[in-house]
Amino acid sequence: MSDMRYVVPRTLDEAVGAFAEAKGAARILAGGTDLLVQMRAGAVRPGLVIDIKKIAELTGIEETADGGFRIGGAVAGARLAEHPRFGKVWPGLLEAINLIGSTQVQGRASAGGNLCNGSPAADSVPAMVAAGAVATLQGPKGRREMPVEDVPAGPGRTNLQPGEILVGFILPPRPLGSGDAYLRMIPRTEMDIAVVGCGVNLTLKDGVCTAARVGLGAVAPTVLRVDAAAKALIGSRLDAAALDAAAAACRAACHPIDDKRGTIAYRTEVAGVLLKRAAGIAADRAKGA
Amino acid sequence: MNEMTNKWIGRRTIRPDGAEKVTGRAAFAADTTMPGMIWGKLLRSPHPHAHIRAINTAKAEALTGVKAVVTARDIVDFPVDKSVMLGIQDMRWMCRNVMAREKALFHGHPIAAVAATTAEIAAEACKLIEVDYEVLPWAIEIDDALKPDAPILHDFIRFEGKPSNIAGKLEHKLGDIAEGFAKADVIVERTFTTRPVHQGYIEPQACLVSVTADGKATIWSSSQGHFMVRAMTSMLTGLPQSSIRAIPAEIGGGFGGKTIIYLEPVATMLAKKSGRPVKMVMTREEVMRATGPTSASKSTVKIGATKDGRIVAAQGAFYLQAGALPGSPIRGSAGCAFAPYNIPNVLSQGFDVVCNRSKVTAYRAPGAPIGAYPVECVLDEIAEKLGIDPLDLRLKNIAKEGTKAAHGPVYPRIGFAETVAAARAHPHYQAPLGPHQGRGVASGFWFNAGGESSAQVNITEDGNVVVTTGHPDIGGSRASIANITAELLGIDYRRVSVLIGDTASIGFSNLTGGSRALFASSMVVTQSIEKVIATLRERAAQIWQIDPEAVTWAEGAAHPAGKNAGNFPPLTLAEIAAKASATGGPIGAGVQLNTTGAEGGFATHICDVEVDLELGIVRVVRFTAFQDAGRAIHPSYVEGQMQGGVAQGIGWALNEEYIYNAKGQVDNPSFLDYRMPVCSDLPMIDTVIVEVPNPKHPQGVRGVGEASIVPPLAAISNAVHNALGKRFYALPISPPKVLAALKTTA
Ligand SMILES: Cc1cc2nc3c(=O)[nH]c(=O)nc-3n(C[C@H](O)[C@H](O)[C@H](O)COP(=O)(O)OP(=O)(O)OC[C@H]3O[C@@H](n4cnc5c(N)ncnc54)[C@H](O)[C@@H]3O)c2cc1C
Repeated sequence: MSDMRYVVPRTLDEAVGAFAEAKGAARILAGGTDLLVQMRAGAVRPGLVIDIKKIAELTGIEETADGGFRIGGAVAGARLAEHPRFGKVWPGLLEAINLIGSTQVQGRASAGGNLCNGSPAADSVPAMVAAGAVATLQGPKGRREMPVEDVPAGPGRTNLQPGEILVGFILPPRPLGSGDAYLRMIPRTEMDIAVVGCGVNLTLKDGVCTAARVGLGAVAPTVLRVDAAAKALIGSRLDAAALDAAAAACRAACHPIDDKRGTIAYRTEVAGVLLKRAAGIAADRAKGA
Repeated sequence: MNEMTNKWIGRRTIRPDGAEKVTGRAAFAADTTMPGMIWGKLLRSPHPHAHIRAINTAKAEALTGVKAVVTARDIVDFPVDKSVMLGIQDMRWMCRNVMAREKALFHGHPIAAVAATTAEIAAEACKLIEVDYEVLPWAIEIDDALKPDAPILHDFIRFEGKPSNIAGKLEHKLGDIAEGFAKADVIVERTFTTRPVHQGYIEPQACLVSVTADGKATIWSSSQGHFMVRAMTSMLTGLPQSSIRAIPAEIGGGFGGKTIIYLEPVATMLAKKSGRPVKMVMTREEVMRATGPTSASKSTVKIGATKDGRIVAAQGAFYLQAGALPGSPIRGSAGCAFAPYNIPNVLSQGFDVVCNRSKVTAYRAPGAPIGAYPVECVLDEIAEKLGIDPLDLRLKNIAKEGTKAAHGPVYPRIGFAETVAAARAHPHYQAPLGPHQGRGVASGFWFNAGGESSAQVNITEDGNVVVTTGHPDIGGSRASIANITAELLGIDYRRVSVLIGDTASIGFSNLTGGSRALFASSMVVTQSIEKVIATLRERAAQIWQIDPEAVTWAEGAAHPAGKNAGNFPPLTLAEIAAKASATGGPIGAGVQLNTTGAEGGFATHICDVEVDLELGIVRVVRFTAFQDAGRAIHPSYVEGQMQGGVAQGIGWALNEEYIYNAKGQVDNPSFLDYRMPVCSDLPMIDTVIVEVPNPKHPQGVRGVGEASIVPPLAAISNAVHNALGKRFYALPISPPKVLAALKTTA
């Protein structure tokens, strides 16, 4: 029965200041769709909650001059879906973010919260990793950048320093002929947690894959970037042999657990299946582009 | 009353409770508050099995804000050596389920309760209660509980002379199975398992109880029967029933799970001790840990048939998990399993197995899906072996009027064959299947029930009608009663208001369970209305100064019976009501009955599935349910019951299951990990209502709420076999299992 304070800073500096000062007793609140659930369950009891939704830099979506994107860390999934251009450039990443929860959850849930919550099954993270997204962090010691795949440290943990806030994501410009896709396996069709998630982002030139990145979720303590799978795709025409090799690389990268949500054998098998299916969708999109 | 000229019976009228519910104004149990109200919380056992040596509540009682603490000592004890029944519930087990006595029998078993000025203080105080446990080895699964060296939950239970976890056995016998099997050309024997599944009601259990200084208790709670709430609370607290008023809240689902209580006696004792109204609301986690799911099961079924498809013998042994205290629905399994068929030789046995998990509670057709699942799957194998269409196999052996069922009755007119014939003739049965799709069929039976019911029908001074019954409305019974009342009185249904009375304002009415609520309440409402109409005719006769026999009632008005009776313009209900005081006083009538004649309900289902061969996911892509409703008083709510049962059956068959961790605790106590189907998991479930009126009911009603959940487990399993050529003998048919099975065949 401890008291809890709630603040709504208007600037990033204010937020970082309050966060650093609280020395671990504070929690950042973006959409709250993880945090509030955890607080209600009694799993976390912060003395201070810092709502970052009123900070302009954290809620903006900006297409940069070079064709890249900057997305604020607290942008809700529904806002991204409404953006006229984002979904055209990053259809797979948008799908991954929009898979989170339901319509109601989408009104609040952010990709920043999804990443900082540190779940290995977070849906947007494998797609972000495949996209080559870079996270911008700001803390008492200033600003720095970190590839998304380096943010998670383990279930429920990140590599953010004390007092550091995720400001947003930078998405690189897209070469012509690029496409991405994200697929997850859930036993139900909605409102479930990924048993395996797989994001694929690739570029095709004259039918040949010239660049690829693969992200895998829910098969290890953190979301994985699977370079061996990407390598198997690069240089190929995404023929059966290349897809088999990439699927095998995904399966080899898995070191999942047996738990109530899935078995080791099942997760490992499915990782390969999703890689092939996601690569197929990404390739179709690349050709359409 | 089954004429097709009916004006309101069979119409899809607007339900009386609809507007409140869609606008969020309906008051559920947790919505109730009172001045001075405080909050109750339960301390629950951290162990799946332990002796309780001592409980020290001193520190909790000393915490500021704590107003009362209750332990098993405050709950009336029913010693284990003498059974005291309330309906089908044995109070020896109910008192131990509400509050652990000598032993904690499952993780989450209530040990003590605290009432405090806030829920947080109550929770904090629970942590201050010191319990001295002697932790015991435990048994969660049926096989563990049946091992020779299994930990024994109750040393007073003996089976075949020895201490055992088998708490009971039930047997139905017909003919001689040895003789029967000797005549069989084909015999199939298989063992099947199912997992415990929860009723999954959206509204967690909740109550508010106020006890005045003179010992009068008022209970607001959500249940499937406030008279049951009153009776059980009375027995567990020692207050006489006349001192308890139980007020039913709107109910957010029950499916059998709210036919017993958990909180009310505890809250009553907390309220009595503290002198303050006490509110208790379970969390979802508490619901999943400590309120009944239905049993897991392990069943072996053997069926023999001749070459031409005559079933000559059938045998079933059904082992059901009771949970911590005896009382699994073996009667439903052993009784319903073979009930749809005319089989000369049957031996059907049920075994009640206790184990260290929450006590099971009724779940929609309790036990029947567990019984039907193996039988209907074995029939599918027999049909396959004999090269007979599975529906034709059922028709060849169909139970009909005059068939003697192994569980006892000789059937009167039933509508089972009609459901199978309707399925056989339906376009769904012939529709082409896509790749990796398969089709399965299955049938099912549920007893249905009658029992006690009370009604009061009053004509208001302005000539409208108020009907009060005593069964909580879970599936649209108020709407159906409005239809019947409007029909019988010949008035617009919007002039009828239907209410559920509390225990002080209407006579004893048994649970809304067993698919009985509309069956029973429409009988007493019909008889009440007949009395009201007799009164209305008398009043008209008085006004016209003629003989009441010379007055008829039609279209909402009294008419002279013929020319001889006199030439009077009709007197409407409103006109007679306006003159009620002058002609003898208020007009109304009540009837109370122990109703009988609820005849069995039958359903036949066709299901199409599609399997993702790489992920092992089974999706139901088409489902058509055929069911004999007797008479569909309000078709929308009959269809709702049919669809609801199917939806729950799909969850049971494909994904739902309790997962226990190594510490004997439920590992998935939330809707995130306890995977009930969501809307997008289900196809539109098509329904075909078959109407073979029940000759023993004034409107022809048969119960419809439960038969619908009986066939899906087997229909889905059979469809998966049809798609994959592979049979699964264990539910749920979840993706890892399917993928593993596909790998072994590949
Ligand atoms: C009903 C429901 C369904 C769900 N379904 C899914 C699903 O399908 N897939 C899925 O992946 N998730 C799902 N989730 C989980 C959750 O919605 C997502 O993880 C969501 O993306 C979290 O975003 P948020 O903005 O709400 O985060 P919050 O709850 O606000 O924050 C999450 C965590 O990150 C920290 N944090 C947030 N923003 C920052 C920041 N900028 N800097 C530093 N730390 C920060 C918070 O302190 C907190 O610890 C579901 C949740 C619910 C309630």
